[in-house]
Amino acid sequence: MSTASAKAMAYDNKGILGTLGRDGLLQIILIANTILMLFPIVIMIFSGFKSNPEIFNNPFAIPDFTNLSNYISVWTQTNFIRYLFNSVFVTGVSILSILVLGTMAAYAIARYEFFGASFILLFFMAGLTLPLKLAIIPLFILFRDLGILNTHWALVAVYVAMGLPSTVFIMTGFIRTLPRELEDAARMDGASELRIMWSVLLPLCRPALIISAIHNLVPIWNDFFFPLVFIQRDALKTLPQGLTAFMGEYTTNWGVMFAGLTLAAAPITVIYIILSRQFINGMTSGALK
Amino acid sequence: MARLSLRNVKKQFKDTKVLHGIDLDIGDREFVVFVGPSGCGKSTLLRLIAGLDPITEGQFHLNGQLMNDVPPSKRGIAMVFQSYALYPHMDVYENMAFGVRLMGLKQTEIDARIDEAANMLRLGELLKRKPRELSGGQRQRVAIGRALVRKPDVFLLDEPLSNLDAALRSDVRLEIARLHRDIGGTMIYVTHDQVEAMTLADKIVVMNLGRIEQVGSPRTLYETPANTFVATFIGSPRMTLIKTSRDGNRLGLEDGGSVVIEDLPNANANGTLTLGVRPDALTISRDGEEGFAASVVYTEYLGDDAYVYARLADGTLVSVRTHPNALYEADEKIRLHVDAAQAHFFDTQSGQRLVV
Repeated sequence: MSTASAKAMAYDNKGILGTLGRDGLLQIILIANTILMLFPIVIMIFSGFKSNPEIFNNPFAIPDFTNLSNYISVWTQTNFIRYLFNSVFVTGVSILSILVLGTMAAYAIARYEFFGASFILLFFMAGLTLPLKLAIIPLFILFRDLGILNTHWALVAVYVAMGLPSTVFIMTGFIRTLPRELEDAARMDGASELRIMWSVLLPLCRPALIISAIHNLVPIWNDFFFPLVFIQRDALKTLPQGLTAFMGEYTTNWGVMFAGLTLAAAPITVIYIILSRQFINGMTSGALK
Repeated sequence: MARLSLRNVKKQFKDTKVLHGIDLDIGDREFVVFVGPSGCGKSTLLRLIAGLDPITEGQFHLNGQLMNDVPPSKRGIAMVFQSYALYPHMDVYENMAFGVRLMGLKQTEIDARIDEAANMLRLGELLKRKPRELSGGQRQRVAIGRALVRKPDVFLLDEPLSNLDAALRSDVRLEIARLHRDIGGTMIYVTHDQVEAMTLADKIVVMNLGRIEQVGSPRTLYETPANTFVATFIGSPRMTLIKTSRDGNRLGLEDGGSVVIEDLPNANANGTLTLGVRPDALTISRDGEEGFAASVVYTEYLGDDAYVYARLADGTLVSVRTHPNALYEADEKIRLHVDAAQAHFFDTQSGQRLVV
């Protein structure tokens, strides 16, 4: 064996050991992180199958999964279905509006040269720095005067305003990376501006659209503050707000509440998983050259 | 039928003037190549013809109709882009169908046209593939196919070969020439490569700094270049320009020898004269007092030819085509003789061609 290859062997061995050491440490950190993240979720799911005394006596015990009484009371004693529908409606309309309006604004900012384009982008950016909750009192007065207090539109308006800045930011950056020649080609093919956006740009923007959707979905679905202020009628309440019904002034039925939380978290978790998979697919298939 | 005429066409981006008044006529079924160094405005001119950028000033007529404000898709023009610009999310069939669908054609007609284009370009096997699953040459063919199915009067090709490797380039070049013969449309082709221009064109338009330097057939441009720019741009290796001082029929270089040429242009008697010589127009001798003195820099051996690069007394680098068996050492002193029949003469100040 020549000295050169012997040297290479020695180097490789050291390399493998080094890699193992580094990767092993990484694995430990990742596993610890996973446990930390999953722990509250597991406790939530477990507690949903327990009664109040069970929760306080054996908080970590594995429950009897056949005991569905909490779920049955969520279903029968509350307006759960109504709340779920309200949440789906408000979140759905908000996300759709954010994506449609955000993409259109981003397309204009990224592609058309007009006076004030960069100012408009900066204006949207400024929205990222504003905590909307500070404006709660003026918003309340504004919505009262507009007559949309105690309707879903008050929530949609706030959520769209909250979601637009980041969406415009993400989409503008993404659209700028797409080759202009694609749009020119579509223009030569006779496509209208709207058709170019719909048939050429939107399919290519899917990864960025999904990032924006995920980014906005969770905070809107889980939001408690704005429904609490704007919605008083029980039939219009969203899930997080509605679930507080189990929190009594003196006693709280924790089991039922955790069961409700589990049900509330389920759809968003499923959507999240589906979207992330889509997003990863999109990342690898959008390549141009 | 497609006749294009450009009259005093100007283009300005904000404060930057890109085209300074282009006058050009293109006839039916002509293969026209716009050639020039990068930044000369050839691609901009193509985009004006396509309608992708508005014309700042002047008129563009197609078949006698003013096209300045007609949208790109209504001009009967199709374009092949430098990056091909295939829609990445559509398969080959969809890429070709996109435009014809928007034209409002029936499905049977669409299928027939795509079939025809696919046969002509050997794309039949690839119709269900996405662009990312294709090789460079295949993508190129799809891009041409997408233009073909629209059955345009005019094809625009923007540096279509620049993304291909050298071996593929000559194949696709032949293919484009064959295509032009078969479908017979008017083609306008932009390139910075003068070899592509020479091999493909019926008519070459040489551009520089937003102006047309000369329009003519490849032979015209090669044999009678209008000025020093065209002279050095067309032909490879390029023509050497030697700035000489004239004394009667003798063109000389200071301390660098001289040549005698019987018929010299009338202008500039006893003044200066720029002599243009291609590698073929020079012969080498190893001794004697006649001819330009030069010292060899290096010899390029190409098998059936060899090019000797030599430096004149004033520092000009000259290329000379010689027999491949002739060997010249670096720094060897040689004498260069000019074949008068192949010499070109230019005004030293203006760079314009002088006629004998």
